[in-house]
Amino acid sequence: MKVLVAVKRVVDYNVKVRVKADNSGVDLANVKMSMNPFCEIAVEEAVRLKEKGVASEIVVVTIGPATAQEQLRTALALGADRAILVESADELNSLAVAKLLKAVVDKEQPQLVIMGKQAIDSDNNQTGQMLGALTGFGQGTFASKVEVAGDKVNVTREIDGGLQTVALNLPAIVTTDLRLNEPRYASLPNIMKAKKKPLETVTPDALGVSTASTVKTLKVEAPAARSAGIKVKSVAELVEKLKNEAKVI
Amino acid sequence: MTILVIAEHTNAALAAATLNTVAAAQKIGGDIHVLVAGANAGAAAEAAAKIAGVAKVLVADNAAYEHQLPENVAPLVAELGKSYSHILAAATSNGKNILPRVAAALDVDQISEIISVESADTFKRPIYAGNAIATVQSSAAIKVITVRSTGFDAAAAEGGSAAVEAVSGPADAGKSSFVGEELAKSDRPELTAAKIVVSGGRGMGNGDNFKHLYALADKLGAAVGASRAAVDAGFVPNDMQVGQTGKIVAPQLYIAVGISGAIQHLAGMKDSKVIVAINKDEEAPIFQVADYGLVADLFEAVPELEKLV
Repeated sequence: MKVLVAVKRVVDYNVKVRVKADNSGVDLANVKMSMNPFCEIAVEEAVRLKEKGVASEIVVVTIGPATAQEQLRTALALGADRAILVESADELNSLAVAKLLKAVVDKEQPQLVIMGKQAIDSDNNQTGQMLGALTGFGQGTFASKVEVAGDKVNVTREIDGGLQTVALNLPAIVTTDLRLNEPRYASLPNIMKAKKKPLETVTPDALGVSTASTVKTLKVEAPAARSAGIKVKSVAELVEKLKNEAKVI
Repeated sequence: MTILVIAEHTNAALAAATLNTVAAAQKIGGDIHVLVAGANAGAAAEAAAKIAGVAKVLVADNAAYEHQLPENVAPLVAELGKSYSHILAAATSNGKNILPRVAAALDVDQISEIISVESADTFKRPIYAGNAIATVQSSAAIKVITVRSTGFDAAAAEGGSAAVEAVSGPADAGKSSFVGEELAKSDRPELTAAKIVVSGGRGMGNGDNFKHLYALADKLGAAVGASRAAVDAGFVPNDMQVGQTGKIVAPQLYIAVGISGAIQHLAGMKDSKVIVAINKDEEAPIFQVADYGLVADLFEAVPELEKLV
């Protein structure tokens, strides 16, 4: 079966971002960008399904600026077969992204769509679920285990109190949680080979999707800083401070 | 302006996060209706009717809604939600699972994990793992929002006497089914609602050593959490994880033991009132946010702390 994996180019998770002085956003100039960690897990899961003989083709898609080709090449080096870039210079909201992915799903007709549970920049955790509504597919969000069995996929999900397993009819959407797998690294020969794999570029207009949004960001501020704390010398002093100064125990 | 709050519940009982969501709805202003979608959820509906400030409780009782499968619940919420100005749910795993599906069905954007209400259409929410706070404004006809429960004080669970009304919606969509669940058992308070949280990280060394934290937690009436490193190393189950991708907590007292303080962890706990860090590495980033830091071996400090509190 065909698997579609959606990935996003985001600021690297190790970067400590800074808010711009004019409060218009965070400063992303000259900051290291990477594939969103949850998307790496999605790519890895698709590659494992191919290695098990479950998936026959992996198509990776991203929506973003021309530079997002780097993340598509990374996915190709990890084992995806071909890539689609929906090129848009604007920062798009989840609903617009879900609509664009719906157009790609209509064209590609995958049996399974795998994507991360959230992007570490917007922290929205929406796109997979929205794509579920638009396509009418079942959704297995926050997946820690995925098993394709016949015309169904069993997804074990991380929920607040523990784990829940659901069975979804294919085609279906899975969003990955951290513990689904440990993503591999791309080897140098595979990085070289990935340069020759097909990468198609389309525009939102060509897909016939409007990316207008009803939500606008008025300002972005740094969070309130915590006042500097103190170091205590002993456990006894700590207990004394907690009881008499902070009064929390 | 009428607001629909989606209740978080276990059919038999209402989850505490619902009270925080109602509190957020009160800040927006307007009549508040609570939807309890479930199976045999009469007890949860009764509890919802008692929440102060709730005008009406809608109960959708159907076997298809029992396990909150989004393929079944989202069409119900989208259908009912058409006559509301706002649809709110707690940013729990259920809320996050269902609400974006509702928003897309209504063809509106969704706003995730708000921490404050500025006005009926303007909200604040953290982005970049809590390293920035965005103020966002929505012009959507129906505003679909998840609420971070630590951002709002709980509404009073008693004092209301809302009318309970049965509603019905689409039946099983036939796209998904519940297979089973494995819930971690714990006698301690729930992590996201606890007044005190004691958390362990990689420095705990192994799962067995968490017994020191359990002993301390029992003495303090605290919940026990963990960093991602401790969960990934298999020391404790993953529903104990505090952080950007785990649970967000804001207790009165957060005691971080053997946790270095990566930004992903801080995103889950830095709104705690008082933070204590116990770590033998005095350069650990956790000390930059800790109100009280103790540079010590946790295997000596934690048992001593347990004895003294």
